[in-house]
Amino acid sequence: MSQSKTLFDKVWDAHLVRPETADTPAVLYIDLHLIHEVTSPQAFTELRQRGLRVRRPDRTLATMDHSTPTTPRNALGVIPVIDPQAIAQLDRLRANCAEFGIPLYELGSANQGIVHVIGPEQGLTQPGMTIVCGDSHTSTHGAFGALAFGIGTSEVGHVLATQCLLQYRPKTCAVRVEGRLQPGVTAKDIILAIIAKYGVGGGAGHVFEYMGEAIRALSMEERMTICNMSIEGGARAGMVAPDDTTFEYVAGRPYAPKGADFEAAVAHWRQLPSDPEARFDKEMFLDASTLAPMITYGTNPGMGMPIDAAIPAPEHMPDASSRQALDKALSYMGLEPGKLLLGHRVDVVFIGSCTNSRISDLRQVAALWKGRKVAEGVRVMVVPGSQQVKRQAEAEGLHEIFRAAGAEWREAGCSACLGMNDDKVPPGKYAISTSNRNFEGRQGPGARTLLASPLTAAATALTGVVTDPRTMLEGALAGA
Amino acid sequence: MEPVTTFTGKVVALVADDIDTDQIIPAAYLKVTDKSGLAEGLFQAWRYLPDGTPNPDFPLNRPEAAGATVLVTGRNFGCGSSREHAPWALQGYGFKAVIALSFADIFRNNSLKIGLLPIVVDEESHRELLSHIEEDPETTVRVDLPNQQVVLPGGRAVSFPIDGFAKHCLIHGVDQLGFIQQHEEAIAAYEAATPARVNTLHPDGGA
Repeated sequence: MSQSKTLFDKVWDAHLVRPETADTPAVLYIDLHLIHEVTSPQAFTELRQRGLRVRRPDRTLATMDHSTPTTPRNALGVIPVIDPQAIAQLDRLRANCAEFGIPLYELGSANQGIVHVIGPEQGLTQPGMTIVCGDSHTSTHGAFGALAFGIGTSEVGHVLATQCLLQYRPKTCAVRVEGRLQPGVTAKDIILAIIAKYGVGGGAGHVFEYMGEAIRALSMEERMTICNMSIEGGARAGMVAPDDTTFEYVAGRPYAPKGADFEAAVAHWRQLPSDPEARFDKEMFLDASTLAPMITYGTNPGMGMPIDAAIPAPEHMPDASSRQALDKALSYMGLEPGKLLLGHRVDVVFIGSCTNSRISDLRQVAALWKGRKVAEGVRVMVVPGSQQVKRQAEAEGLHEIFRAAGAEWREAGCSACLGMNDDKVPPGKYAISTSNRNFEGRQGPGARTLLASPLTAAATALTGVVTDPRTMLEGALAGA
Repeated sequence: MEPVTTFTGKVVALVADDIDTDQIIPAAYLKVTDKSGLAEGLFQAWRYLPDGTPNPDFPLNRPEAAGATVLVTGRNFGCGSSREHAPWALQGYGFKAVIALSFADIFRNNSLKIGLLPIVVDEESHRELLSHIEEDPETTVRVDLPNQQVVLPGGRAVSFPIDGFAKHCLIHGVDQLGFIQQHEEAIAAYEAATPARVNTLHPDGGA
């Protein structure tokens, strides 16, 4: 190789059907297209109107996750769907998949779950691939060294019809996270800190590559949590160079290559990391060793702070526009500048979403809750990311710990992250959530969301007030 | 798609940074299988009071904003969810263009696909436009896509960037899917030369 390339460059270049020209964007080949019930129906309608087929149903996979209920199964073992609009949407996905020959993970079936949980879990997500989905958190799959990003419904139609997308080459941004995390501080805190430092638009036009000692030390599930929220930092995609941690995670999964094919794949994947001399268009930096658990106080994920800090005051903001934004956010949140969030009451605790609903997240929560009860009057929902995560948690007896603690153990899906089903936070109430967005009304009209790690949310569930998980650690982390 | 070329439209300002697509169209409106009802849901939580009546203080509800076709907003407009329902809702309501200091990547892409023009202007022009709106709430601007200009009320023409390909497609009402389809041969050649990385119909790596 004559020229040094980044991980992104290598994946991008390997998928060019036709390079960018002065007048036209590149035609980029897509290896895996994930679809769900909410952002696909209008794309299928478009296909039908044009008399087109799905070009590669064998590189397309559908699941049901966004508008599905997470209520427990009935006596027949079926998850009852009551909302007529959700029924219509699920029926439509079922019909579209049947007509075009696309495999579908039906609601409640063995492999169903949140689209960004099932791809990695099934071994469909592999290093070096291009992966898209009509969902902005597709960035999650970048944890494997794949180029993965969210697209709109028009583009869903493009990929269904041609397996390609028109794209201009984005810029690259190296996000260096050095040092080692202290006990009680997690991957979620890393990404919340990056977004707090560089803002919700800081990564616009760029693809992040997370690197450095702290990232290398993370498990795949932790890397997924970080890549998941790249979009919250404005970057459509975030990537981590594949390494032994990656290969070990992929090995043996249903769709992963097997035997000699796997060895050949690993040999190829080892070529993917950025060359030592590769240049990035931009750099960001975070010291993980001094990081505290993070929590958000406002109405976008950039409005975050160390859990023991005071809520910032609008008058300390650098410009009129951020003063106005903070003023509006605090008024929506019903919070006072200068006060601590520590000790602030919460009404709902949500453990779930494509950010933090995997087995390691649930193990951390269970380790903290074992033999304890959640606070009186707090609604606590634990929503596994997939049916497989649910089965694994139950095999380990985690669900017994959740139930004994007084939490709800629900079926897999997006749930209260975006309030498309009945899992909502009531108006004016405070929720501490392991999800990714604290936008106004995100978890239900008038809902007030505090984003945090599973550990912080779990500690808070026990006390009913915002609690620093580091004060509860003795022995609990050992089980995580 | 309807061609987008040159038009004069009334502007309405919604001045805030980082307006996310959950504000533009809340998730409750995403349960449709077509594009119905999206215009009614546009900015739902800001546009209506809790009792369902229009919020008189919300800029879009002011009488002088009736018929506005150009929205002026701040930085990083359309951040968050990739839902194309956001530009569909804006277009369904009657907007033809959004003028901002910057746009979130996915929102900009989605808008260009459906003919809602995302126009980025510099801070000085943005301030000038806002002061015109403050003086005259029925202010209009002229949007000239072929020349990539917004003509402000005072007559000053402000250039805006747009990728040449999207511009071509918008002006001629050509959709981008057709362009990809013209490369069928190259796509087939790529597939023939590149082994399948996964096959969703067959687990165990079967190709």
